[in-house]
Amino acid sequence: MIATQSILPSRHDIQPAVKGQARVSFIGSRSFLLEAPDEFDLPAQRWIWALSQTVGAWPEVAEVIPGMTNVLTILKETPENPQAVVASLLDAWDSAASLDLAGKTVEIPVHYGGEYATDLATICDFAGLSDREVVRIHYEATYRVFALGSAPGFGYLHGLDPRIYMPRKTVPSIRMEKGCVTIGGMQTGVAMLTGPNGWNSIGYADLQMFDPAASRPALLAPGDTVRFIPARIEL
Amino acid sequence: MIEIIETGPFNTVQDLGRPGFRDIGVTAGGAMDPLAVRVGNALVGNAIDAAVIEVQTFPFKLRFSASTVFAVAGADNSPLLDGKQLLPWGAHLANEGAVLELHQPPKLARSYIAVTGGVDVPALMGSRSTALRGNFGGHEGRPLSNGDRLEIGEVADPAPLPLNGLAVVDPSNAMSDLFPPVVDGVLQVRAIPAGEHHLFSDDGEAFWAQTWRISSRSDRTGYRLSGDPIKPTEAIEMRSHGVVPGVVQVPPGGEPIIQMSDANTAGGYPKIAGVIEADLWRLGQARAGGKIRFVRSSHEEARRLEQAIALYVEDIRKTVPMVKRALSAMV
Repeated sequence: MIATQSILPSRHDIQPAVKGQARVSFIGSRSFLLEAPDEFDLPAQRWIWALSQTVGAWPEVAEVIPGMTNVLTILKETPENPQAVVASLLDAWDSAASLDLAGKTVEIPVHYGGEYATDLATICDFAGLSDREVVRIHYEATYRVFALGSAPGFGYLHGLDPRIYMPRKTVPSIRMEKGCVTIGGMQTGVAMLTGPNGWNSIGYADLQMFDPAASRPALLAPGDTVRFIPARIEL
Repeated sequence: MIEIIETGPFNTVQDLGRPGFRDIGVTAGGAMDPLAVRVGNALVGNAIDAAVIEVQTFPFKLRFSASTVFAVAGADNSPLLDGKQLLPWGAHLANEGAVLELHQPPKLARSYIAVTGGVDVPALMGSRSTALRGNFGGHEGRPLSNGDRLEIGEVADPAPLPLNGLAVVDPSNAMSDLFPPVVDGVLQVRAIPAGEHHLFSDDGEAFWAQTWRISSRSDRTGYRLSGDPIKPTEAIEMRSHGVVPGVVQVPPGGEPIIQMSDANTAGGYPKIAGVIEADLWRLGQARAGGKIRFVRSSHEEARRLEQAIALYVEDIRKTVPMVKRALSAMV
């Protein structure tokens, strides 16, 4: 009985949410950003996934970049009538169906705590939880890849438990190692490049997630499910 | 083969970039002045997107290990071939062992060296550009250093080069009616208001009215501007969204950043404007310390400029082989 419940989508997920009026703005003369007005949640992102597929098939479109409940459309050339492009995007948003990308499940082994968990103590203070609880809450959740961006192969993950929400740093760490498992606001992810980083590190994952020579360079894709596996907990 | 004899930091192999992978977080990259790459390649008879060397720190010196046709385009410096001054924006023949030397340009920032056959580094994800974010592509995924050797691609039937070379009128002069000259050291950069422009209220006008200085903390990723800070009237929490080169973001400090060729693929700072794509090549030639002013533009103007640039390149691409053949026939 319990198993049956867990494979059915929750009632919240299948209810048709009411779509609000999206907003379209310009970046330069060839790019158009459509932002969904609604909550930062899975239903909104499913419309964005559907919209991205529709718009990506338009002949005048060079590139479509889904973001977090938004999508940037880059045209091959500057359009004669930008307002017509805005209207087409809004139409496509209004008629976008909900698309749930099937995706694969990716398990990421994590060494929680230890030398790379530079911000675990700060998160504990902020959340009023012990390090053991923060780590457990992080690995017990199931995450969805909403979008990729920022660094090659970096996946923005949705599904962080609000109890371990942690704002981005106002002054980024100068050098955070590639592989650090981090929390930034309501998002979590694995750092893809060594360098300045404003997110908060709680552990380390030694998993190649980007290979430019591979036919599919990025391990993660939008719609994928991610689970963090506690390979080692060093507190 | 090309041997790098002397180079400063951050000189790289570039082409027109690898667009199409921003949705997996990969920066499009490519030359900061893509128009110079197109012209340089047209001059030496390559496909216009062949790989070239982008030189942004000088002096730069290389040796051609075999006789090679090359062109230098982009900046306003005169290249030296075995110590002899050459016309910029021109194609020339280097003999085996000849040394090409580039010195700091008087005003502009970046020179592009194109060779017939193109710089032959492996293509990765559809491009030979060096991706410094991620350290792949180009020559071993890194900037060039002294002693590096670069292969040159094969060319089936290159058009013969006239004895004294062949030069073109550079784009700033050829299209001076469309690209206003730099006056009192201030480059005018045309831009269109972006998503959060309205949040800046009066500071929005201050953004357009003032002259900004490109700070020394500027590179291929972006230009940080110095000037009177501008602040939005309300702080807003933005969700990460895709960005493109030319986007003018305003971080909390109030001094704008223009994302350039190695732009991050995603961002969340409020955007006040976006530089039109047709002006990015000029911005790519602006130097740290240089001054710029933003000028409100429109899609209509951007389209006109885009078409003019396409015509200019097409004209060179068609004319160069004809001139090469005609001049060689006369000898």
